[in-house]
Amino acid sequence: MTEPLVRPKRKDPLKRTRLPLSPPGARSRTALGLVAAAAQGRFMLQVCRACAKTIYPPRDACPGCFAPAPAFCDVPDRGKLLAVTTIRTSTDAYYRERMPWRVGTVQMDCGPSIVAHVHGDLAEGDRVTMSLKLDRSGQAAAFALPVKETPAMADDKQLREMTCDPKFRRALVTDGRTAVGQSCAKALSEAGCTIVFVGVSDPWKPFPGEDSLRKIPNVEIVPLDLTNSESVNDLAADIGGRVDIIVNTSEHVRAGGIMARKGLVVAREEMDIRYFGLMRLAQAFGPALRFRGADGVNSATAIVNFLFVHALANWPEFGAYSATEAACLSASHSLRAELKPGGVKFINIFHGPLETDWFQELPPPKVAPAQLVKSAVDALKRGLEDVFVGDIAQDIRDRFLANPKALEREL
Amino acid sequence: MSKRQRQSYKGVVAAAPVTIPYERFSIHGAHWWIGRALRALSEQARLKPADIDGFSVSSFTVGPDTAIGLTQHFGLSPRFLDHVPLGGASGVVGLRRAARAVQAGDADMVACVAADANHVDSFRRTLSTFSRFAQDAVYPYGSGGPNASFALITRDYMTRFGATREDFGRVCVAQRDNALCFPHALMKKTLTLDEYMNARAISDPIHLFDCVMPCAGAEAFLVCTEERARDLGLPFVRILSTIERHNAFMDDPIQYRGGWVVDLDDLYGLAAVKPADVDLVQTYDDYPVISLMQIEDLGFCQKGEAAAFVRDRDLTFRGDFPHNTSGGQLSVGQAGAAGGYLGLVEAMRQLCGIAGDNQVKDANIALVSGFGMINYDRGLASAAALLARAS
Amino acid sequence: MAGPYSPADLLAFAGAVASGAVRVVDLTQTLAPEFPVIVLPPEFGQASPFRMEEISRYDERGPGWYWNNFTMSEHTGTHFDAPIHWITGRDMPDASVDTIPPANFVAPACVVDVSAQCAEDPDFTLNVDHLLAWEQQHGKIPKRSWVLLRTDWSKLPPRGYANMKDDGAHTPGPSPEAMKWLVEKRDVHGFGTETIGTDHGQATHFNPPHPAHYYIHGAGKYGLQCLCNLDQLPPKGAVIFSAPLKIKQGSGSPLRVLALVATDGAAT
Repeated sequence: MTEPLVRPKRKDPLKRTRLPLSPPGARSRTALGLVAAAAQGRFMLQVCRACAKTIYPPRDACPGCFAPAPAFCDVPDRGKLLAVTTIRTSTDAYYRERMPWRVGTVQMDCGPSIVAHVHGDLAEGDRVTMSLKLDRSGQAAAFALPVKETPAMADDKQLREMTCDPKFRRALVTDGRTAVGQSCAKALSEAGCTIVFVGVSDPWKPFPGEDSLRKIPNVEIVPLDLTNSESVNDLAADIGGRVDIIVNTSEHVRAGGIMARKGLVVAREEMDIRYFGLMRLAQAFGPALRFRGADGVNSATAIVNFLFVHALANWPEFGAYSATEAACLSASHSLRAELKPGGVKFINIFHGPLETDWFQELPPPKVAPAQLVKSAVDALKRGLEDVFVGDIAQDIRDRFLANPKALEREL
Repeated sequence: MSKRQRQSYKGVVAAAPVTIPYERFSIHGAHWWIGRALRALSEQARLKPADIDGFSVSSFTVGPDTAIGLTQHFGLSPRFLDHVPLGGASGVVGLRRAARAVQAGDADMVACVAADANHVDSFRRTLSTFSRFAQDAVYPYGSGGPNASFALITRDYMTRFGATREDFGRVCVAQRDNALCFPHALMKKTLTLDEYMNARAISDPIHLFDCVMPCAGAEAFLVCTEERARDLGLPFVRILSTIERHNAFMDDPIQYRGGWVVDLDDLYGLAAVKPADVDLVQTYDDYPVISLMQIEDLGFCQKGEAAAFVRDRDLTFRGDFPHNTSGGQLSVGQAGAAGGYLGLVEAMRQLCGIAGDNQVKDANIALVSGFGMINYDRGLASAAALLARAS
Repeated sequence: MAGPYSPADLLAFAGAVASGAVRVVDLTQTLAPEFPVIVLPPEFGQASPFRMEEISRYDERGPGWYWNNFTMSEHTGTHFDAPIHWITGRDMPDASVDTIPPANFVAPACVVDVSAQCAEDPDFTLNVDHLLAWEQQHGKIPKRSWVLLRTDWSKLPPRGYANMKDDGAHTPGPSPEAMKWLVEKRDVHGFGTETIGTDHGQATHFNPPHPAHYYIHGAGKYGLQCLCNLDQLPPKGAVIFSAPLKIKQGSGSPLRVLALVATDGAAT
């Protein structure tokens, strides 16, 4: 039975903050195929096209028929835990300070045996659900979980190393003026955040939902304007050491292509709010997040950014906006690399049109803010990195992966 | 596909067993240890570098060199050159390839050497880069090294066959007894079953005395014709038969048997002996569970019955089943690839009657077994040789 | 004022400033990111607020010096409106900040104090009657005078200052009649306020909409807004220095607005 987490005490100021270390991060290029699956919370292994053999560890040819480069496919995730060991001595500095650590051999129903991290509620002989998690070096790791949810399952010490669970953590929602931002504040509070700081720019401008936002438990309104470096830096100076999760809910959606737009004013606003805003956030809060990556139960753990799915492939109806989002997507890749030494994740939540004012003239399907936010909180709880919310986002992803050039023409 | 008949090793011998005493940590590199082994061989056989026309080497820490670089390093000009990176199977595999080279006339005098260095951080670095599968799919999981991998195999073996920690402990305690009579063993203290049982847990069910101690050292021998060995006045042993088999039983979900099973009939058939004829056994003992597996898979008992077998036997050099007579790696230490030579070189000393205080009486036939290379979740290499005293 | 003016007169003036006999009052709000800017419906282009990025501060980006880049619109903070800012003034001669004759940056001011009424009513609307009442007390508004509306709005915190409701801003300002009268009957130099714009918060609904902009700029006159410290000026007699940045074809500009006040207080 997992011991439920208790709310962490305030830090002892006389103790040195534990610095983040990374588990071994070297992988072969082929093995990185697992990362793509783990990032989306899918369970994928290589399956040979020629002889249908399921393969693990990742190989460059099928060991059944030598067919080259087996592709990663979704495969059944159930198996049986054959053996478990509790490692008490490790040669690796990251694991040394996290001993004891359980690993086990799982015989998968789909064929191969997998040496995996093992959830504390599992015993030898149990049926397991195998998952791929992103560990603190950002690499995919097989993690055996109970088939049925167990009490306080998410609090498992090893599992929490791989996830960004909001429980007992402190979050900053960057823009409380938006429907998404308000929904986010509520969801994070319900997910167990001890404080949800909610940024509000131009506090002299009233906004709908302001009163109910203030009534959400654990919400604390803070001044934050992502277009203003001084504002971002001031807030980081105040709360930067106490923020474990940042959810960037800033929006600036405007229709129109590149050529049809007259001038750069709107484009600059888009870039200023979305791209430079993200950069300001990262510069002001990033170093402290990275430093606090191993700072106890409420260690710094993730930045979440909502992204228009046409960051992947430009939709000319929203051409300039798509381009801005593409800049954010690219920045997220740099930030992932920069945050990696702290084990802090950067989570992209891709979405299509939302049920908000700025997508008003578009037909359904559209994603409701609450649904978007639910996916974001789920991504934190599962430690995902790339989440595609709703039919349109998933459709664009699939078409993009299948043939990016074709998608460009289709759009 | 019909299998062709294996040919005998008649007329080919392994000679001049050499052990360079181990050190827990050494500032010297693998080349230094290989050099000392070559020097010891040359002194015993009165050979100059030019007289050695075959060279087989096994080492994890000789990088960036391989066997070819070592020829220049040591002034050798061999016409047979082999690099055997097979860990615990290196000794038997090095022997059988060298023997075939001599038999075929490709070489007259092959020096077989295994050596490894052990610096303060060598072990960790060897683990993290041991194999691609280890890097991709094992080392990132707690970084327990072979302790964790063998813990899983041991757990499964215990569940599957009902073996207990006491059974493993008997193997370890007997080997320590042997080691107390072997001058080069690093472990010099007696070990009781209580001490074994109460030792610190390393990776359950593996405890401290289930683990070998990494160290530096070298082992070596020569392979040549029997005639040549006699001319040089060298102690030597005959090679009755050998087998090797890799990645056997790949569909077993977890390892509980090794490749010996596949070729067991050939091993005994070619040698024309039965398990009961064997006077001493050297198994590869990186963990006691593997020794138990070998006792089964090499035909000394039925599968799953090794625990009962060791309960009923005296495994010391004085006993009815002399096993790992120098103390094995568990008590002598594991000098990297030299651990794959340790049993073979010890068996040679026993059969030549030069073992010293741990000499087995009337040692005529020895079985030496090798096992190695936990690439992912199991040891891939297996090998065995039957050796006989020169009459 | 007419007639000769000697270098000695000018030096005497400078001496009076130095001695404090002529007081210099700063009517300018500090340019800061948090200072509100005018809000239009979001589908329109928006004026950029003041934003500053450090170039270096005695650090690796520039070891011995401190400086910043800043961005803002022409209509951010305390700023000057040129006639070209409004469609009614687009064809006026010398109507952009770079072509306005520099002499027009110096002019006397009449300060109309309606702060008491505004404290009661944020929607206070300045009518011709209020101006006539002022004239009764202080004399006729001279030609080529700034008329500055003192509302004490500059003393409010940001939310009260912008006073945005779901039907728009509620801030005081002039009626169409008052603006038409000031421009046509008094030929004023320009109109200045403490609020975000020269117009009333609800001026979109006036006829014509935005009458201050409409009439002032339509007559080639100027606007000043986001002023402060008007309570330190006499009703009459202060002289305003208000030179905008010389922006090519600029419609306006943030600027430093200074008032010169004679210490004897007597209006001329």
